[in-house]
Amino acid sequence: MPKDPTLKKILVIGSGPIVIGQAAEFDYAGTQACQALKEEGLEVVLVNSNPATIMTDTNMADRVYIEPLTAEFITQVIRKERPDGLLPTLGGQTGLNLAVELAKQGVLEREGVRLLGTDLRAITNAEDRDLFRSLMNELNEPVPESVIVQSVEEAVDFAGETGYPVIVRPAYTLGGTGGGIAHTEAELREIVDNGLRYSPICQCLIEKSIAGYKEIEYEVMRDANDNCIVVCNMENFDPVGVHTGDSIVFAPSQTLSDREYHMLRTSALKIIRSLNIQGGCNVQFALDPHSFQYYVIEVNPRVSRSSALASKATGYPIARIAAKIAIGYTLDELKNPVTGETYACFEPTLDYVVSKIPRWPFDKFVSANRKLGTQMKATGEVMAIGRTLEESLLKAVRSLEIGLDHIALPDARQLDDATLRERIRVADDERLFLLGEWFRRGHSLEEAHQLSKIDRFFLHKLERIVKLEQQVAEAEVLDVDLLHTAKRMGFTDKTIGRLRNQSEKEIRTLRLAHGLQPVYKIVDTCAAEFEAETPYYYSTYEQEDEVRKSEKKSIIVLGSGPIRIGQGVEFDYATVHAIWAIRAAGYEAVIINNNPETVSTDFNTSDRLYFEPLYKEDVLNIIEKENPLGVIVQFGGQTALNLARDLREEGIKILGTSLEEIDRAEDRKKFEKLLNDTKIAQPPGAAVTSVEEAAQVAARLGYPVLVRPSYVLGGRAMEIVYSESELRSYMEVAVQVNPEHPVLIDRYLLGKELEVDAICDGEDVLIPGIMEHIERAGVHSGDSIAVYPPQSITPEQKARVIEITTQIAKSLHTKGLINIQFVLFKGDIYVLEVNPRASRTVPFLSKVTGIPMAQVATRIMLGESLQEQGYDNGLCPESKEVAVKVPVFSFAKLRRVDITLGPEMKSTGEVMGRDRDYARAVYKGLLAAGISLPRFGTVVATIGDKEKEEAVSLMRRFHQLGYKIVCTSGTADILEAASLPVERVHKLREGSPHILDLIRQGKADLVVNTWTRGRTPERDGFRIRREAVENGIACLTSLDTVEALLITLESIHMSAEPIGQPAVGARSAVLA
Amino acid sequence: MKARLLLEDGTLFTGTSFGAEGNSLGEVVFNTSMTGYQEILTDPSYCGQIITMTYPLIGNYGISRDDNESLRPYAQGLVVREIAEYASNWRNEMPLSTFLKEYGIIGIAGIDTRMLTRKLRQSGVMKGIITTGDETIEALMEQMGTPLMRDQVARVSTKSIHIAPSYGKRVVLVDFGAKHNIQRELVERGCEVISVPYNTPAEEILRFRPDGIMLSNGPGDPKDVPEAITMIGKLLGKVPMFGICLGHQLFALACGADTVKMKFGHRGGNHPVKELATGRTVITSQNHGYAVNPESVKGTGLEISHIALNDGTVEGLVHQSLPAFSVQYHPESAPGPLDSGYLFDRFVEMMDTFAARKGEGVHA
Repeated sequence: MPKDPTLKKILVIGSGPIVIGQAAEFDYAGTQACQALKEEGLEVVLVNSNPATIMTDTNMADRVYIEPLTAEFITQVIRKERPDGLLPTLGGQTGLNLAVELAKQGVLEREGVRLLGTDLRAITNAEDRDLFRSLMNELNEPVPESVIVQSVEEAVDFAGETGYPVIVRPAYTLGGTGGGIAHTEAELREIVDNGLRYSPICQCLIEKSIAGYKEIEYEVMRDANDNCIVVCNMENFDPVGVHTGDSIVFAPSQTLSDREYHMLRTSALKIIRSLNIQGGCNVQFALDPHSFQYYVIEVNPRVSRSSALASKATGYPIARIAAKIAIGYTLDELKNPVTGETYACFEPTLDYVVSKIPRWPFDKFVSANRKLGTQMKATGEVMAIGRTLEESLLKAVRSLEIGLDHIALPDARQLDDATLRERIRVADDERLFLLGEWFRRGHSLEEAHQLSKIDRFFLHKLERIVKLEQQVAEAEVLDVDLLHTAKRMGFTDKTIGRLRNQSEKEIRTLRLAHGLQPVYKIVDTCAAEFEAETPYYYSTYEQEDEVRKSEKKSIIVLGSGPIRIGQGVEFDYATVHAIWAIRAAGYEAVIINNNPETVSTDFNTSDRLYFEPLYKEDVLNIIEKENPLGVIVQFGGQTALNLARDLREEGIKILGTSLEEIDRAEDRKKFEKLLNDTKIAQPPGAAVTSVEEAAQVAARLGYPVLVRPSYVLGGRAMEIVYSESELRSYMEVAVQVNPEHPVLIDRYLLGKELEVDAICDGEDVLIPGIMEHIERAGVHSGDSIAVYPPQSITPEQKARVIEITTQIAKSLHTKGLINIQFVLFKGDIYVLEVNPRASRTVPFLSKVTGIPMAQVATRIMLGESLQEQGYDNGLCPESKEVAVKVPVFSFAKLRRVDITLGPEMKSTGEVMGRDRDYARAVYKGLLAAGISLPRFGTVVATIGDKEKEEAVSLMRRFHQLGYKIVCTSGTADILEAASLPVERVHKLREGSPHILDLIRQGKADLVVNTWTRGRTPERDGFRIRREAVENGIACLTSLDTVEALLITLESIHMSAEPIGQPAVGARSAVLA
Repeated sequence: MKARLLLEDGTLFTGTSFGAEGNSLGEVVFNTSMTGYQEILTDPSYCGQIITMTYPLIGNYGISRDDNESLRPYAQGLVVREIAEYASNWRNEMPLSTFLKEYGIIGIAGIDTRMLTRKLRQSGVMKGIITTGDETIEALMEQMGTPLMRDQVARVSTKSIHIAPSYGKRVVLVDFGAKHNIQRELVERGCEVISVPYNTPAEEILRFRPDGIMLSNGPGDPKDVPEAITMIGKLLGKVPMFGICLGHQLFALACGADTVKMKFGHRGGNHPVKELATGRTVITSQNHGYAVNPESVKGTGLEISHIALNDGTVEGLVHQSLPAFSVQYHPESAPGPLDSGYLFDRFVEMMDTFAARKGEGVHA
């Protein structure tokens, strides 16, 4: 069936900010969909609140709205644009939920908008636990014994009958938010209570636990003509019990016989047919490892994280095909873009093994609970491809960038056997590595299986890696066969060197002497049965190489790897723009990256995609293969910069700002000299190498001081300390200080933060914009609300910022992007930090200023000056509109993490709010970030001593708006003294009903908590903040954010004011 | 132990041996199924062929008692990137390598199977020798001159007639190298199945008073079994007939159409086939190196009912006037998708309709 001619204009909904459970995969899906629709001549209207996405670029859709993803705003867009159809299935759970809401409100019907892809019935049938269960029963498809509950008691009754453990799954939540496995009644009560609150329809499914079953996923597609195919199936390393987003996954399935494979395939097809889905769908199964018994666990009637993985794992562009199906095409008339010859109606077959390993944020959130369960905790993932499972897995390990290149964790050696056993039994993020340790200690495979329930097949593979380690270590000579075997199993030169007490370089030399170099093979969807056109490669140690190059010179761009806190989708955005610029300039753009969720790893984006670890050895091999004009490292965040240092030693040409200059900005001493030379102020400070030195320096500077280890990413382990005892505890606990790893101590200047992204060609400096942060210095720039243009600085201050930026950019001989952070303290401007590379504000600023910053920077690296590109020196004229970038956090997913904003970055994503004035922009930004702005309600305030003064005026403003203020005694005393009406509530130690009960009962609409001292879970402040987060109540920890919120509330909500009492004189005048 | 695979174009692959030792000549083909190696190895249609699996890890779930498609494996050899050292599945009874050793089949592992596949795709299937010995290349090339076997059907077909009794429809299954699952599908539908050798004369078949004739899959060139073509010709129209794979080709030949050898054939579980009557496409399991020439179908009374979506190859035929149809792919799956099982239902219906009409004829 060809394209439906009644469709002319399509509205696509994006997925909004990156949060745990919904990441960059939807930018990839949305971008593909927009391209697929546009090439059909359709007019595409896109709504997404996330500016750090390729899909919100103006060339992706005919009209792009960066607006809050609420039914209200989408309705406005619908009324304005009058689309014929709405495509919500590429915007994740957010998109689906919005579609349901719009349909239920009658908006779609009233405005004549057709829901494309999946009908409402399918969405509700798949998402509503009760309907889903009855549908499965109808189809004769087994689901685990379960009950739908709307109260804790019902759950307890059910568990009493079936026995523990049971799994709790709240309805309509993202990434399993609020769910979990309960082993006892107490646990069950807690989880269900929580889950009911998270579920928008107050519903939980309590399910008999089938933990230990194999978890298998199928990615299925279907068209309106009922053609159905399976794109990919995947098998989880971790059995049922660990959220699939937190599981190590292999594609295709490894331990399923043909009968099992097709039994589940048939079931998946039956389900997609019965749901009448037109597009993609994901079906998750639990398969008994001892029989043919299986259960359907979950169905996602949309493109998902797994479909992004499946697309990259097979080469089959699921989102693109789903978009075509949504507008009427059938699978058998769409070409498979990989071969260009065959059709999309077929099932990809792999001739390699794909591994996915999640990337967790526990390096940032040291206090977080690292155990893995039904609540997803990973922020991103890496994928790797190999011709053996071992090769694939080890490539994935070194793609993670957690300092490991093998399944060996140095710390694991210290664990006693009992701890090791326990940590193998209960999954956490390090289990893979602990299993390595397990086999190194000579423990048995069978026991590891009994403890972990991980299939013996996978355990055997790990054991085999360990055995090969021993072989390599013990061999008298490392002969070519053994070396070859090790390389084919994915061992790095470094690992082999470690085992042989040789250097990485020595092994590399030996390897090259033996002629052992990787070959690159194509991912072609069809196991070489058809000629493929895709330039999508992976390395392996075999015979035939398939790389095809043209005559054109190539340029390599290093990507930014997995999404993690501090290095998000913003960097992929810049990477993709760099690739576009390189291609436009007539070179071949080559990308190396390993993140399956991103646009940069779409094989259509570059001329050649190497899906490889961003690891020195792998990158070097590709550089040798490509012999490029140069390598661009500015856009891949810290990942690419770190690699650049390794590459420099090998004499590889880096395009853009030189590494020496980058070091001048990042090395404390060199940087100080640079600023001194140019007479630019920075907060006084020093690098120290011992605890005593730290104490002396801090005393000289005066508390509070900002402390952090040198060379940091995203403000890791950075803290503000207020006293010597705090400083000592930080130095002893948080960092390892020694002459090689100095710790930096700066005076903490409590002022306004400003941030600039500039582009320099070595001569001229273009400043697209200056941003002002709402939260004062001390809150990580990635976590504060950034405002463009700045609202409160004087023209002189602005001029000074421009002057400093120009000076620094020039003296660093910057070629490309540079990001500078300033603090405005008592009227003076100090430089806090200089990052001579793309920053996370590049997409935001590119969008609000209309300057494609990463592209301009890339063209500079390719030799085109700013002037030649038509840009002037200095600050671009500022727009009248105001835009804010508001951070979005995933705290609800991460238990035991303190949500207080500080110098360590904690946000996972961002949204943009833009409007004609500041208050309206902030309103949109906060709304888009999920902070509700009630007209009246209750604000619970607990203010730290340092801020009590400041808080009084803010609380007064809440009172004037009609808010009720509830506080504990300390804050209440102050507010009452300022004659504000306050309701008192008990502190925790004063006994129930106390402040937590109040929050738990949903009696608070907003929590303001600035008790930052003592970030331990036992402290009251921490508990209050967690309680707010876990109850889905906005909790603000910075008074600056509170003020921004107040300004907004005041401007949008009319408050009632008595008219002024006329003066006495005036009255007599009237009477006279 | 070292093993080598030499192709007739001189390409040499060196790997390690598994399964039996020795030396084996065959037609080298590739199969793109990611699962189902046991069913493939025991599919008699592979008699005379050396099978390359494109999926690199083979043997992961071992060998199970229930997954054989005939009494033994018939392939001449197996080529894989990696043979599983350790098999894991609840039905696993022995490793794949042990199974092959038991039946004297040579395997070679550790070679670049993707390179081999690309070569076969570009040059077409070719002869090859796997050896675990240390013959010289010249000696092996000389051995390459030995013609490939052409009597595969005679080798794999049943030697005697046997029956799976039931009171349902009686189907005579002409065994050209039938996979067990064809019989399982028929039995599941209540049929009684009488399996007969490939060269059973038509008269003898009719003596069983069958309700239907099932022409099975099998190895090699259909033109190598002329006696079967004659037999099918005689049965046409007398009894409803359903042909699969080689049975489909023989049915076409019996009706006067022609078959051709394909460059590298269709072997895998992911082949889209379009049913022309409905416009629906299903994913099928395939294993064929020959195909019916579409031009030759004209004027034979046959109609093309199914085509391969990707290359337009004839994948199904239906007789315009007689109760007979055939498909080139494997509706019995094993291995492969279960999407085409409905064809067996269609066959049963055809037998029902035919019986009803015959009944009316008798009483009229």
